[in-house]
Amino acid sequence: MTIFSKKKIESASTDIALKETEGLSQGQIIRRRFFRHRGAMISMVVLIGIMLFIFSALDFKLFFIKYHGWWKYSITDQPDLRTQGCPVALPGCPTLTITPGKGFGLGDHPFGQDDIGRDYFALVMRGAQRSVLVMFIIGAIGGALGTVVGAIAGFYRGKIDAILMRLVDFIITIPTIIIGSVIGFHFGNLGVIYLAIFLGLFAWTGLSRLVRGEFLSLREREFVDAARVAGASNRRIIFKHILPNAIGVIIVNVTLTMSGAILLETALSYLGFGVVAPDTSLGLLISNYQDSFTTRPWLFWYPGLFIILIALSVNFIGDGLRDAFDPRQRRRISKKERRSEKVGVKNKESARR
Amino acid sequence: MLAYIGRRISALLVILLGSTFILFNLAAISGDPTQGLRGSTDPHAKALLAALIRNLHLNVPPPVRYFVWLKGIIVGNFGTTNDGNPVSTYLASALPTTIRLIFLSTIFAIVLGVAFGIISALRQYSRFDYALTLFAFLMFSLPVFWVAVLLKQYMAIGFNNFLAAGKISFIWLLGASLISAIFWGSVISGTRKRFWMTFGVALVSTAAVLELINVIHWFDDPGLGIVLVGLFGVGIALGTTFLSTGLANKSALNSSLAMAAIGTALYYPDQYFFNHFAGFGTLLLLALVTASIAVVVGLFFAKVDRGPAIRTSVISAMLIGLLITVDRLMQTWKPYVATDAVNGRPIPTLSQSNSLLPTGNFWMSFLDALLHLLLPTIALTLISFAGYIRYSRGTLLEVMTQDYIRTARAKGLPERTVIMRHAFRNTLIPLTTIVVVDFAGIVGGAIITERVFGWQGMGTIFNRAVSSYDLNLLMGFLLITSSLVVIANLVADLLYAALDPRIRVVG
Repeated sequence: MTIFSKKKIESASTDIALKETEGLSQGQIIRRRFFRHRGAMISMVVLIGIMLFIFSALDFKLFFIKYHGWWKYSITDQPDLRTQGCPVALPGCPTLTITPGKGFGLGDHPFGQDDIGRDYFALVMRGAQRSVLVMFIIGAIGGALGTVVGAIAGFYRGKIDAILMRLVDFIITIPTIIIGSVIGFHFGNLGVIYLAIFLGLFAWTGLSRLVRGEFLSLREREFVDAARVAGASNRRIIFKHILPNAIGVIIVNVTLTMSGAILLETALSYLGFGVVAPDTSLGLLISNYQDSFTTRPWLFWYPGLFIILIALSVNFIGDGLRDAFDPRQRRRISKKERRSEKVGVKNKESARR
Repeated sequence: MLAYIGRRISALLVILLGSTFILFNLAAISGDPTQGLRGSTDPHAKALLAALIRNLHLNVPPPVRYFVWLKGIIVGNFGTTNDGNPVSTYLASALPTTIRLIFLSTIFAIVLGVAFGIISALRQYSRFDYALTLFAFLMFSLPVFWVAVLLKQYMAIGFNNFLAAGKISFIWLLGASLISAIFWGSVISGTRKRFWMTFGVALVSTAAVLELINVIHWFDDPGLGIVLVGLFGVGIALGTTFLSTGLANKSALNSSLAMAAIGTALYYPDQYFFNHFAGFGTLLLLALVTASIAVVVGLFFAKVDRGPAIRTSVISAMLIGLLITVDRLMQTWKPYVATDAVNGRPIPTLSQSNSLLPTGNFWMSFLDALLHLLLPTIALTLISFAGYIRYSRGTLLEVMTQDYIRTARAKGLPERTVIMRHAFRNTLIPLTTIVVVDFAGIVGGAIITERVFGWQGMGTIFNRAVSSYDLNLLMGFLLITSSLVVIANLVADLLYAALDPRIRVVG
């Protein structure tokens, strides 16, 4: 039957693909491929937009960075619960209007208010800030540690490799969520930054195995021998010669770690082992208000919406990067291009005659 | 090979020892179980404190206390919790619950994930492929507790409301028919005309079935009956034969069709067994009998090349047996819904079983357990099958570029054989290892799902252990989860070596 219909042999496509990459450097090819990945580009725009939006909304303070946000409420303000224009039983309903005709308006409390009147927009913004911060910190620490450990293990091999990889084995035997819960339970009250740092200390194992594999194969290549003959130090060989060749694996894996990190943080906060009050996070908001779904659904939808938007865009960016770095990846050649290619071949043939 | 396994097992034991040692010390220094008693004003606090310290050997420093704990583990003693109960009783009741929670969803996730992944790879760059990719990424990005709340609201409460109303509304009917039409239209490939034909047939037939359900009030007293069992049986036989050997293999086709006929003929005798000897033992026995009949039938119809025929007839027979069992469960539906404990709202949102249900009726408790599994299974399946879609799609695409696929095509094999025998089987090799390792990971990851759906499993134990600084309980939990991960890794390696002849195990 037709489930098994034969695939057309795309003979022309390889020619087009070859022609496209002619005379371009590796970096240029990757950048081109990435920019052409529609999902990744849209996600990039969405993610940057969301980050600008959430980080500019509220007052922000992190070590020495400090600024004021444009939104009028903070997460500690408790204005009166809005009753005007709300159903009688549901004070604090959202004021966001995007209905066509009435126009777009934020109103006083676009995402509504929680039980005690706190502005939910401010809470969601703060929660999203927390999630994004956690994501980047875990990504940075996990990425750096994984790269260094993997590079050392793969480059020096022998005893160092054995010790480091046994350490990885130890950590990998325990599911991430459990490590996270134990850490979160003990360090959650230190604040979200420290929580993220501690989580990052356990998020490097998968990457280190991959990087080690890359290093093991790359160190046997001729260009490494050439560098060594030219008198380069081990340090220089690792960072200047091998690492740039392994960067694809690292970037892709870090992106995936980051999208996992955002879900890990929300899950931990949901279980009560992550971010704790008075600070807030998207997982904590959902956990607090999951029972009010039937009566006041906005308390449930908005934090979830932000989790999905952020995680989805990071995932798509990761996919785009993976496609861009994968040398075996072949782009789909559209019918139009194939047709013009055929015409080109015919023209060439006729010109030869 | 044996030497290899022995070496691997000893390495794994070392890893387990190391990781439990590290964890034990980390957990021991990070919390103090005597905290509550020290601040207490209870006159007996001092005596209680002394007893606690004695019971848990708290006066021994953690690195040494680890060996006290280890000594217990070696003789099979998990120690006691802070309040003096043995840890092993907690674990013994929790582990089966958690495995029950994740078992079905893992199977569904694998079957659906692989099926969709493969269709999506065969239709690479089609609209179906893009839609499925988008869907998979969406599922990747969803927190399971968020999906759970939505499922509770729209699946459970919505379905219960629908049962109370007793009729599928027109909008639902239209929506479901359209979705089915689009799905079948995009799965069956071909020309535009073919797409619209499939689309139309699927639309009309789905709408007709749903309307029929409405008219005869099927949901009030669902069941298939012997006629539908027979019809579905023939369908199963045809489908299995098509995927397994191709319809051209007459002996396979005949033997599975014969199994459909035998299954239908045994419908009433089966009911007798179901009613008078209800129990899992009977089900297992019936399954064995079915399988042996299928083997005999396969032998009878196939004179040469018997393997494929027997395989096909056994698979069809098992599926038809499952169908008859499902039919029996459906017959339980009406009395189940009518019981006081259920009171007309059969889809539960919380806990693992309905404690008010009268005990003693096997089919009633079986149905109850399955219905309590429904929402967690859907939630877990949705989340984890996205990964399998992506993975099997990627693997199949890679396998299809291999030389042996070209060779198989060049030999003139039909495309079905090329895909099912040469490509699909090789796709399964890396998939097996991923699945095994995943399954062990899910046991630990079930913490969240258990919390959302109010199950009393390993997650509950973990929560309790962490929040009451219960070291022995925590270590018992960690020992089980990390042993599962380690064993799964070993099994994955061995399976890989067994399935892929290119991998040599050096003994």
